[in-house]
Amino acid sequence: MTPPRLELRHVTKRYAQTVANDDVSLVVNPGEIHAVAGENGAGKSTLMKVIYGAVQADAGEILFDGRPVAVRSPHDARALGIAMVFQHFSLFDTLTVAENVWLGLPPSARLVEVTEGIRRKAAEYGLDLDPEKPVHVLSVGERQRVEIVRALLAEPKLLILDEPTSVLTPQAVEKLFETLRKLAATGCAILYISHKLDEIRALCHRCTMLRAGKVTGTTDPSKETTASLSRLMIGAEPPRLERGPPSLGDLALEVDRLTLPKIDRFGIALDGISLGVHQGEIVGIAGVSGNGQQELLAALSGEDPRADEGMVRLFGKPIGRLGARGRRKLGLHFVPEERLGRGAVPTLSLASNLLLTRDEALRWLGFIDRKALRDQTSGIMRRYWVKASGPGAVARSLSGGNLQKYIVGRELDAVPKVLVVAQPTWGVDVGAAAQIRAELVALRDAGCAVLLVSEELEELFAITDRLHVISKGRLSPPIHTAEATVELVGEWMSGLWPGGPAAAAAATAPAGAPGAPAGPGSPP
Amino acid sequence: MIRLEPRPVPSLAMSVLSPAIALALTVAAGFVLFLALGKDPGRVLQVFLLEPMNGVRALTELGLKSTPLVLCALGLALCYRSNVWNIGAEGQFLMGAIAAGGLALFVTQESLAVSRWVFLPALVLAGAAGGGLWAGVVALLRDRFNANEILVSLMLVYVANLFLSWLVFGPWKDPHGFNFPQTMAFAAQTELPRIVRGMRLHWGSLFALAAAFVVWFYMFRTYHGLQLQVGGPSPAAARYAGFSARSAIWTTLVTSGALAGVAGAFEVAGPMGQLTPHVSSGYGFTAIIVAFVGRLHPLGCVLASLLLSVFLIGGELAQSRVGLPSALTGVFQGVLLLSLLACDTLVHNRLRLGRAR
Repeated sequence: MTPPRLELRHVTKRYAQTVANDDVSLVVNPGEIHAVAGENGAGKSTLMKVIYGAVQADAGEILFDGRPVAVRSPHDARALGIAMVFQHFSLFDTLTVAENVWLGLPPSARLVEVTEGIRRKAAEYGLDLDPEKPVHVLSVGERQRVEIVRALLAEPKLLILDEPTSVLTPQAVEKLFETLRKLAATGCAILYISHKLDEIRALCHRCTMLRAGKVTGTTDPSKETTASLSRLMIGAEPPRLERGPPSLGDLALEVDRLTLPKIDRFGIALDGISLGVHQGEIVGIAGVSGNGQQELLAALSGEDPRADEGMVRLFGKPIGRLGARGRRKLGLHFVPEERLGRGAVPTLSLASNLLLTRDEALRWLGFIDRKALRDQTSGIMRRYWVKASGPGAVARSLSGGNLQKYIVGRELDAVPKVLVVAQPTWGVDVGAAAQIRAELVALRDAGCAVLLVSEELEELFAITDRLHVISKGRLSPPIHTAEATVELVGEWMSGLWPGGPAAAAAATAPAGAPGAPAGPGSPP
Repeated sequence: MIRLEPRPVPSLAMSVLSPAIALALTVAAGFVLFLALGKDPGRVLQVFLLEPMNGVRALTELGLKSTPLVLCALGLALCYRSNVWNIGAEGQFLMGAIAAGGLALFVTQESLAVSRWVFLPALVLAGAAGGGLWAGVVALLRDRFNANEILVSLMLVYVANLFLSWLVFGPWKDPHGFNFPQTMAFAAQTELPRIVRGMRLHWGSLFALAAAFVVWFYMFRTYHGLQLQVGGPSPAAARYAGFSARSAIWTTLVTSGALAGVAGAFEVAGPMGQLTPHVSSGYGFTAIIVAFVGRLHPLGCVLASLLLSVFLIGGELAQSRVGLPSALTGVFQGVLLLSLLACDTLVHNRLRLGRAR
């Protein structure tokens, strides 16, 4: 019998106040896709860092192919054949995709070959990636693709993936699953970290559940239901969303043939985007990242006021050239996708960060009423269950999920007339995500117009009333969410709606499988 | 191999202590240096570090020296927190000195009987205008043409320096000054009032302390001050919030220039009493060190300016009393800044011995 590819025995890792991993044991066999699931802060990331050598365990053993090994650094891990795709990317903004990958390779590698290798791997796995683009122009989703391709290029014996599907279309997820299955069939072991229980059930052979650093169970996920898995993970079923039909009010946010040239060589030009959001409804925009979402959001929030006056209207008032503060004064609030550095200043306290979008604590001539500011901050932290030492905690010190709750809470608490939200639950654990979604629905029921831009179809299907799909800078017509199917939206994500950017191409080249990305690189 | 590894959570105590540790390291380096020069390290350090604080007169001299440093450093701290890299405080200081000097010269030449209560505000305004306009040139070039403010502000220092030289060698030269490059001594009514009779310490020092408080209040207690500090570390957050990056460039540069200009005005109307090519002893450059040693915090700038003044005065004393070269002051400043940067690096990172990667 072959020894397990990886075995962890009683691994324990303590940080100053907390035990991140408490007596964790785990066996992964060659060819096995093994899920490690758990909420944020359950200790998944720490466990992966231990395996990858980024941190050292305080106690316990690691066996690789049956031999005890000491993984003292990621270098050791790579030498053993362990590759990892992190949730947080380690890319140099100013370098191109190929150069970033090249940097991690031995000096003998040649850039031309690396570029070619990336093209090959990307095509093989259906990941849309241009190796010659500089990283700073890539969206979050595209950056993750770089990391995935980089890991695959190393031909690993054990591949660790941390939440890899959050930015893929359903078709691409299915494709990735196929490749992961293929990869597993060649004998590569895969550790798959995720909160997405349906994906775990569809893909993984076994699943180790972590809660508060401890293993709460190892199961065969295909024999479990999502409900039973979720009980293992959070101890109770996630609260379900109940909502009635929308009661529509006035047309609140209106985008009329919004056309904007790209802001730099690698941006996406917006082409005739039209949409309307009424009071009392949630309109969703689906799409793979990097198809114009960033540009559209900036044009809506006022961060990019280049649009013609009338292209964006708020309750009939043209606001296309108004800045972000002016639009906020009119009741339009925005939750951006990036928390640190855009939604919040990393080095400033939560209280100071409140002042980015809220001015209730300001007095005469802009003096800050510190007590009012602290009280207001504490109120938001209490109401939205933000875990932090207090209003004085700097934004950087919060976990991603907690900071997201704070930023979403800050905008919801303002009782906006129109709320534009991007990826509100990206990287947030199941419980918090459900809570944020429930708050969005409550806001809609209170008469707010909500525009939700998300890459998670599950989320869009759960809470939106109508859906658009964005592809290559163009927007599909709206569809009632109740009538939409995952297959249809998935096709539209590739631009295949009637009159969409890829529909014409598909009509002339019917050989392309329906739903496949109809780019120039896809094989006939 | 020695590597640096980022610490997950930098110690708060250590980041506060870092300047003190840097000072201790500087003193230790000085000890070794003096020993190598064949001097008695104890004696030299005593002259260098303690003599400048020995007695009331020495202390007032210390306050006098640190006044221009505080004023320049306050503006620089504001700039640096906003990610605006003004390193031309020296030039702004000189333009403030020229504007104030011109005013004092005019009053002197015309023998105007102006009251101090009229002249002093006019003096401060002239200095602020001179320095503010000079920094405004930097702001304009950065805002309008996206010119690099580091380069522009530095180069304008040399322009200001040459302009001052031209004035005191040319049109403003004292006709009875035996051809020395200096203006005539200013009339008594232009002199800054002193705090204690017989000491050179003047009311400008109190102005500097008040300015430190105002800048602190502005930075940490007003909406506008907060806006400036958002654009520095997170330009995207500033765009998201709708804070103007252009306004930050103008506000920080002009404020910083005005403060440096006032420092120049005080120097002219205080201890100098005339314009010479040597109005500044590099205050604008030393203030860069002051701002960083003071952690870009107004209170820190006050303390750091006192420390750097000890170095400046101690350097002069060490030259005259112990016969050490005057370059020693520069060496000490340099060692202090390097130690501080090293301490900060180690607060945020730890050293690891072992193989690379």
